[in-house]
Amino acid sequence: MADASNGNPKTELLDQLEKGPWPSFVKEIKAAAQTNDSAKDLLGQLELSYEQKIGHWKHGGLVGVLGYGGGVIGRYSDIPEQFPKVAHFHTLRVNMPAGWFYTSEALRTIADIWERHGSGITNMHGSTGDIILLGTTTDELEPTFQELCHAGFDLGGSGSAVRTPSACVGMARCEWACYDTMKLCYDLTQNYQDELHRPAFPYKFKFKCAGCPNDCVASIARADLSIIGTWKDDIQVDESEVAKYASSGTDVQKEVCDLCPSKCMKWDGKNLSINNRDCVHCMHCINVMPKALRPGKEKGAVILIGSKAPIMQGALLSSVLIPFVPAAELLDTIKELVTRIWDFWDEYGTNRERIGELIQRVGLPAFLDAIGLDPVPEMVAAPRDNPYIFFQLAKGGAQ
Amino acid sequence: MTTAAKTPRITDVGPPHYEKFLPPIVKKNYGKWKYHEVLAPGLLCHVAESGDKLYSLRVAGPRLTSVQTLRVFAGLADKYSGGYLRYTSRNNIEFLLDNPDNIEPLKAELLQLGFPCGGTKNSISNIVHTQGWIHCHSAATDASGIVKSVMDALCEHFTHHDMPAKLRIALACCLNMCGAVHCSDIAILGVHRLPPKVQKEKVPKVCEVPTLIASCPTGAIRPATTDGKPTVEVVEEQCMFCGNCYTVCPAMPLNDAENDGLSIWVGGKVSNARSAPKFSKLAIPFIPNNPPRWPEVVQAVVNIVDVYAKHAHKYERMGEWIERIGWPRFFELTGIEFTRYHIDDFKHAGLTYARSAQVKY
Repeated sequence: MADASNGNPKTELLDQLEKGPWPSFVKEIKAAAQTNDSAKDLLGQLELSYEQKIGHWKHGGLVGVLGYGGGVIGRYSDIPEQFPKVAHFHTLRVNMPAGWFYTSEALRTIADIWERHGSGITNMHGSTGDIILLGTTTDELEPTFQELCHAGFDLGGSGSAVRTPSACVGMARCEWACYDTMKLCYDLTQNYQDELHRPAFPYKFKFKCAGCPNDCVASIARADLSIIGTWKDDIQVDESEVAKYASSGTDVQKEVCDLCPSKCMKWDGKNLSINNRDCVHCMHCINVMPKALRPGKEKGAVILIGSKAPIMQGALLSSVLIPFVPAAELLDTIKELVTRIWDFWDEYGTNRERIGELIQRVGLPAFLDAIGLDPVPEMVAAPRDNPYIFFQLAKGGAQ
Repeated sequence: MTTAAKTPRITDVGPPHYEKFLPPIVKKNYGKWKYHEVLAPGLLCHVAESGDKLYSLRVAGPRLTSVQTLRVFAGLADKYSGGYLRYTSRNNIEFLLDNPDNIEPLKAELLQLGFPCGGTKNSISNIVHTQGWIHCHSAATDASGIVKSVMDALCEHFTHHDMPAKLRIALACCLNMCGAVHCSDIAILGVHRLPPKVQKEKVPKVCEVPTLIASCPTGAIRPATTDGKPTVEVVEEQCMFCGNCYTVCPAMPLNDAENDGLSIWVGGKVSNARSAPKFSKLAIPFIPNNPPRWPEVVQAVVNIVDVYAKHAHKYERMGEWIERIGWPRFFELTGIEFTRYHIDDFKHAGLTYARSAQVKY
């Protein structure tokens, strides 16, 4: 059994995870444990989990900060007598800056606050994107929160609320960004502060802003509302740079044209011609030859809805809701759209039903009726192949 | 430890504005980047319309980071990149330099501290993952320990551009999938395999029974009574061990040392490049937990990576490769056993059955 005395805990199994070329989380916990006793007890309890092949955390409880319904994940050890310093070991989710940019000063500010109030252990970052401050007691939650707020940081989302929106690096560093992802993410986050901090939905709601169809923030797999940048006009081509790729080892026919999903490109050994009408804007050719090809100039985003992990009715990918919104109109369009979506979800969503599952349950046509969007063929991979059509009945016969 | 309360109390300030944290070269060239090149594994060079060049040095992050290490990164940023850095969506750290002379000294210092550079282009990037036994009540496994063990074995593929295409691995320690691993080239997923052990007496005290019953995707939870009070029972044949009931009610624990473990899924992607985004599909239904280094999981992942690297074409993601060669060939080449568990029997299962006579021999 791992030793729970106040000295250094026994960590024979965990010590084996200090070896090897990859950064070691055990070294990190041990670094924190030099000045923090809860990190010591975390090591002790984790060693015991490694011995017994089972976790030792109890189900979360209702803890938080005054006036917020989320942002704190309650956590308690199930063997507090043995590891008293992690008897309470709550987590704070802190809303990261868009694009995860920091100054050294900002990192030190977070480090100093967390050293004063918690375990000294963080996650950079959690799965949704928040800065995770891992492990403190109930008494420390409010003081930590207030220090964070005064330093310009706020808590992220948890529970049945808007979760912390996230964005790829976008225009800050990427030539492929088709709209300003970081600005949209920031504006949405500020606009929905109330919905983020005070859970009032059937379940969670996530926004993710990806600047191009490469989708570096996995929005199509992980966001209830996926905003994926794209363009409408022609791919910008620099012929001389195409020639340079061709003469320096890129097999344009094989690596670019043959892998184009819509086969819209032709290469005659000298010139690359693109039938832009057939382009599906997948990014492959641009990824292969970034100096030669660029997204077009008429930029905006596709808005998709409904992706989620399996719980409860199975995993979903987001599907197209609006095929193109010009970049300048994104924020207003999303705000207007989200109001209608949330109204419908509030009324018809059952407990723990994500918007994607509600759409599956009532059908996309009924959902479109509810939010006032007209159906367009871009919304489906194919029209229905079954004849069980719910023709809408009206006076005097079917419509 | 607590300092004096801050006054006045403030809330709803939202995150800090990102502009405060942007390096001057980024502010100047915001939205005006022309192209980029990958100069070496882990080293990106973005060139702006203005001709300015920004060098990003990408290093492996441990995700779980002590405040001490945060300060080390802050110190390195001050020394080499004007005090600016960022994190990526896969828990890597990027130092943002405008002076190329600083690249090699920074790289050397990071390596000495145990942080390798890489994760760009056709390499294996960092594993995104969940909390595991470090902080979660419903975990069927640890997360950080497996990630560390797998990446120790794959580190050479992080520091080299030696895969057919990029390869993205993710780990979630139960079906809740805080890590949403379901669209990864390789997903490592913790699974439970026993139904919840209903604490009948405790249920009415700590849970709302109708909510609990409604939480079951297969309707396996039925109302029952204990000492005249409402509780529940589980139709065990109907349980597929998702743990959703435990999430809504602590009196339904299903963690079990011998029956919890890992499953491996392959062929998912989120990018729209070439083929559409797709889910990962089951490769290995169960591998027991074997801490501290999970050698069977490491071996299984390395095997899949090796077979993929040997057989896939340039730019072909794991799922695209498997679709080209077909699933029977995937199981043959990897030596992974195909079992009844690989055949879907949940909703819409029939969509995954082979509905043609096109068979490879």
